[in-house]
Amino acid sequence: MITRFRQIEMRLMGPLTMIPIVLCLVVLGTIAALPVVAAILSELVADFVPPALQHLTIVVLGTAGFVGILALNPIYSIWLERKVAAHVQDRLGPMRVGWHGLLQSFADGVKLLFKEDLVPRDADRVLFRAAPMLAITSAFAAFAIVPWGIREDGTVLAVSNLNIGVLYFLAITSLGALSVLMAGWGSNNKYALYGGMRAAAQMVSYEIPTAILVLVVVAQVGSLSIPDIVAAQAGGLLGVGDWLIFQLFPLNLIAFVLFFICGLAETNRTPFDIPEAESELVAGFHTEYSGMRFAFFFLAEYGNMLLVSMLAALLFLGGWVGPFGSNPLLFFVKGFGLVVVQMWLRWTLPRLRVDQLMGICWKYVIPISFFLLVVTTIIKGLR
Amino acid sequence: MKRYFVDLWESVSTVLIGMGVTFRHFFTRSVTQQYTADELPEERWRSPLDIPKESLMERSRMKLHVKIEDCIGCKQCERACPVDCIHIENEKRARDAPPIFAADGTAIKQTVVQFDIDMSLCCYCQLCVFPCPTDCILMTPDFEFGGKTKGDLLYRYAKEPRTAEPATPAGAARA
Repeated sequence: MITRFRQIEMRLMGPLTMIPIVLCLVVLGTIAALPVVAAILSELVADFVPPALQHLTIVVLGTAGFVGILALNPIYSIWLERKVAAHVQDRLGPMRVGWHGLLQSFADGVKLLFKEDLVPRDADRVLFRAAPMLAITSAFAAFAIVPWGIREDGTVLAVSNLNIGVLYFLAITSLGALSVLMAGWGSNNKYALYGGMRAAAQMVSYEIPTAILVLVVVAQVGSLSIPDIVAAQAGGLLGVGDWLIFQLFPLNLIAFVLFFICGLAETNRTPFDIPEAESELVAGFHTEYSGMRFAFFFLAEYGNMLLVSMLAALLFLGGWVGPFGSNPLLFFVKGFGLVVVQMWLRWTLPRLRVDQLMGICWKYVIPISFFLLVVTTIIKGLR
Repeated sequence: MKRYFVDLWESVSTVLIGMGVTFRHFFTRSVTQQYTADELPEERWRSPLDIPKESLMERSRMKLHVKIEDCIGCKQCERACPVDCIHIENEKRARDAPPIFAADGTAIKQTVVQFDIDMSLCCYCQLCVFPCPTDCILMTPDFEFGGKTKGDLLYRYAKEPRTAEPATPAGAARA
């Protein structure tokens, strides 16, 4: 009986698996052909839309596309994370729902959608309900300044091409700490409160070196605008020689590693996941959350992972410029490559203690990043 | 001051070593065995000893089986069982009965009238297998023996079970 049921299920699942694969292929193809698509799109817009609304239309279309990618990202990042985790531990990971478990995250998402949305009796209702919204807002809003390519005529493909993009990034990501603190306090649960306090301490601490390391880049390039920073990295040996990570050789490499570490800490990923340490704090700040609100925290976490990876790719790895000229696909490959490195690290390293975490930040990361800032500024000034 | 840089170097290098280890494991073969019965329903209902041993993990412990004709009723497995899931009752054979022997030549001096194993209690520790002098109790590779009631998991291995008192091991333990 059960076998029969599963057979029917398998027969249904087979074709269903094609949907996300096709969707991913379409998205990837669109990204690869983005300059062309954008050109066609702007021509279409020029033909059919009155001039006053043209800019708005492009922005709306760009936003819709990016939000689509962002919505797909956590679903497949979770699948990828489970696969990476499994293979690091010599397991297979999700294999049942769809081909190699590709539909697993969809099934989990549907499950979370149908789950009861519980609010603890003694919770601070306003904060409790606002926290996941703020978390996902801060994660997704930061993507507004992430450019993913440039057209021949110099138009930057981004939701908003701010000339102080990195500043906006620093401002918006610090909202994430607030949401975690709100969730921890609002739950009225000791584990959640501990998690929230730890998260606040951690995120505030690591924001300082992040800002300094961004300044290291800004000092060398002389611009706060991300497209300018990327443009400064074009050319060089094999098209990779002028990536910032290879300039002033050891200095920028160290800066990149430190920036990546700070990114890990700010997104609360292992080895810096003490705010949600399972073995000590149940689930930290999202202990009391269930259903879709819990899913929001998850979406925010994976959005933040992608965000810091993409920022690291833009600031240090040359964004969309590389050996094959400028291509948005290259940027996405770098971004997702760093996401995979984050997962790899997660399943390699054990969790730090709270004092170790703070020690790393205040004794090592901040002094070294200050040193890097001073040295790169002096070198830049002497040239 | 020197300590500071040594610590720095050690933390970086050990993290890289760790990442190398996980990278190696990323490409080693997974040990997971997929349950294939969904894809191959015809392979599902096999007799216990028919399941190819190589399809299971080495030393995997599944359902217990008793070769009752070899059992001498020594109750050593019953004593070894940490969860008391084995229940054995013997009856002395008549002195003038023809001698019978187990497969390894041990003389069987009493008839096993009840040999019950409650697989719902079994913890699959295999501790009953080691003391058996005639190697008649063993773990088979059969793992698909679910039942609809708890009683379906009570396996009676005695050839002529006593009909009078069908004492389950659980009941015996309670009494």
